[in-house]
Amino acid sequence: MRDAVPRAAMTPLRGFLRGAAMLLWLATAASAYEIEVERSFGPEEGREVSVISTTDLEAIDSVLEGFVAARPGLRLRYVQASSVEVFRAIRDEAVPFDLVMSSAMDLQMKLANDGLAASVSPQLGGLPDWARWRDQLFGVALEPVVTLASRQGLGDLPVPRTRRDLIAMLRENPERFDGRVASYDPRSSGVGYFLISQDSQQSEGFWRLAEVMGRLNARLFCCSGEMIDELRAGRVTIAYNVVASYASRYAPDDPDLVRLVLEDYTLAIVRSALVPANAPNPSDATDLLSWLLAPSSQARIAENAGVALIPGTGAAPSPHLRPIRLDAGLLVYDDRLRRAGLLSEWSAAMIQP
Amino acid sequence: MTPAGAALPAGISLRRRLVWQFLVLSLLLVVALFFTVRFAAERASRASQDAVLGAAVISVGDGIRAVDDGLELDLPHATFSMLGAMGQERIFYSLAIGSRLVTGYEGLPPPPEVPGDLSPVFWSADYRASRLRLAAITRRVLLDNRMAEIVVVLGQTRYGQAAIARDTARSAVWIGLGFLLLAVPVALFAARAVIRPVDRLAAAVTRRGPQDLRPVRDPTPRELVPLVGALNGFIARLRGALQLAETFIFEAAHRIRTPLSLVRNEAEMALAETSDEATRQRLRRMVRAIGESSRSANQILDHAMVLYRSDQFAAAPFDLAALTASVLRAVAPLAEMRDIEIAAQGLDRPCPLHGDERMIEVALRNILDNALKYSASEGRITLRLYQADGMAHLSVQDAGRGLAKGDSDLTGRFRRGSNVGDVVGSGLGLTIVREVAAAHGGSFDLRPGPEKGACATLSLALP
Repeated sequence: MRDAVPRAAMTPLRGFLRGAAMLLWLATAASAYEIEVERSFGPEEGREVSVISTTDLEAIDSVLEGFVAARPGLRLRYVQASSVEVFRAIRDEAVPFDLVMSSAMDLQMKLANDGLAASVSPQLGGLPDWARWRDQLFGVALEPVVTLASRQGLGDLPVPRTRRDLIAMLRENPERFDGRVASYDPRSSGVGYFLISQDSQQSEGFWRLAEVMGRLNARLFCCSGEMIDELRAGRVTIAYNVVASYASRYAPDDPDLVRLVLEDYTLAIVRSALVPANAPNPSDATDLLSWLLAPSSQARIAENAGVALIPGTGAAPSPHLRPIRLDAGLLVYDDRLRRAGLLSEWSAAMIQP
Repeated sequence: MTPAGAALPAGISLRRRLVWQFLVLSLLLVVALFFTVRFAAERASRASQDAVLGAAVISVGDGIRAVDDGLELDLPHATFSMLGAMGQERIFYSLAIGSRLVTGYEGLPPPPEVPGDLSPVFWSADYRASRLRLAAITRRVLLDNRMAEIVVVLGQTRYGQAAIARDTARSAVWIGLGFLLLAVPVALFAARAVIRPVDRLAAAVTRRGPQDLRPVRDPTPRELVPLVGALNGFIARLRGALQLAETFIFEAAHRIRTPLSLVRNEAEMALAETSDEATRQRLRRMVRAIGESSRSANQILDHAMVLYRSDQFAAAPFDLAALTASVLRAVAPLAEMRDIEIAAQGLDRPCPLHGDERMIEVALRNILDNALKYSASEGRITLRLYQADGMAHLSVQDAGRGLAKGDSDLTGRFRRGSNVGDVVGSGLGLTIVREVAAAHGGSFDLRPGPEKGACATLSLALP
């Protein structure tokens, strides 16, 4: 399930000419989008509403089951894929899905901005204005991005509270953390790229962290789930930028897992959903969107993420949390030149000779 | 003016027409206001959003940097955020060197002219089924030792602008309609104010008496001056025609009277000279007929005189008691001839009045004439002059045949009672009296006497 795109893009990229070459490659290589999991809810026969999403099925299946149970005769087909694949399926291949749900805010924003989203009017149920764009893109969950640590792996070191602490800890203990730091690979993961673009915008300290991680031969992953698996297996001590909803699935029953909510800032991304313009069944998709925004579903989602998107459906955001707004500003992250520049800078920091 | 005027077909109402015109014009103004405000709001919001778009495209251009191996672009997040904020606009951009796209969207509409590097070029075009407002600017960078011109194009939808213009225009319409609502009573009031002089003029003309043929001199709105002028012209012609007729009648009566008296003298002389009874009988009838005719001619002359004098009314003080006494003296021979006794009361005190003495005299003579005419021989006539309720009343009570039932108004021209029988008369006498009374603002009343006969009362206002 690790897609081939990032591997090919591993070579350091610099300048727009190379960036353009990579895009050309992207365009030709994209033959079919790759999926991770597929599952159907409800009866075999009857009308179908299809969802493509980056969300782990385990994190959302109870909400979907509730939806199908309340609507006899409706089948829900859930396809889980990485954010880049989701984007590719909709933008490049125009695969007819009824609902597209993704945590890659910039890609979702681009789909909507470029006219690939239909205008729908679900019941918003108190969704704040900053978590939606026009009547096309709707936030369904707020997902804090946290850092996970293995208590055992840290040993007697104090738990870092800020990025500065984290950098200092990693610097001072190279032998302990060499090859044991994990993070997203921004080249393969849309969320990963989006997170480093946000990080680099939030603080200059991020590049120092990237350099330190590069020096420690940090391991790069496509998804939060894998990082957590590695962490639990004891092969990784620190996992930087993990989407909290994954972590919360393991944290309660794994006493070894420490969730670091860094106090300088903790990003929170908005998982958002849209109904594509070519959706075969937009009415049921709108219905599903209303279901996802309904208080009962939101309460379940908020419990999973640890924070509520719609005020009153779960825990209020902590003061360190910086939710990212759904607005046109997100379009800049998908710019190929900006992406190439950022990735080359990241590569320079991470991959050291 | 007369009751017959109300029966005219009503036609259009000026007031209603004024109000309607006012309302229709106001409505047109509201519509015009909608489009004007919409246009103005669109222009204003376009100008301000163009300024933001221009600043945005410049800031994108400023983010271009040439580095060792190509270009670097720092696409500013805040700029895009701001650009999309109003009305959550869609945003498209491109960076191109010549026809080669460096980054951004393909196939954006090209600028109408080559943009400069200081101030952006603006234009509107369609892209991906949306109307876009675009701005472009050129940046020159040194790329591989050659100066490259990069054209930065930034476009945004203008949903917000359209919504603002629509909302503003809509509020303008509501305000306009509010004013329209306020304007309705104002329009009604204005229409009434415009019509009021017309109403006043109509009322003034309506108030006039039937004899009043003076030109209309009431204050007239300038616009109605031609109408009133025409009306006055008409009145003048009417008066002319009437005067002509009166003059003709006067002239005719006058010319008939003189020969008549001549003929009468001759007939009386012939009566005195002849002894043949048949001829005498015939001559007597002749004298009587001639007397009747000359009496009529006299009355016509009196009537014409009264009309003329009431037209040229010139009042002067006089004593009614003295005047009555002198008229009594004048008719005394006639009364003696028929052995009628005239008892006068209240003449011993002067009764000063203000009026046309000559007219009053004619009226008195006619009243007494009438009384004598309808009294039997050796009858009695009672004349009383008294004052009551600020009026001087002169009543003449005879013991003649009185009035027949239903003869309530004998003062009309040439109207005579139904029981006049053999008594000669023209039917003008009482008309003359009434007209004299009217000219003096008084009244004349003829009613049956307490037992028999009739009682004629002339009432004139005391000064």
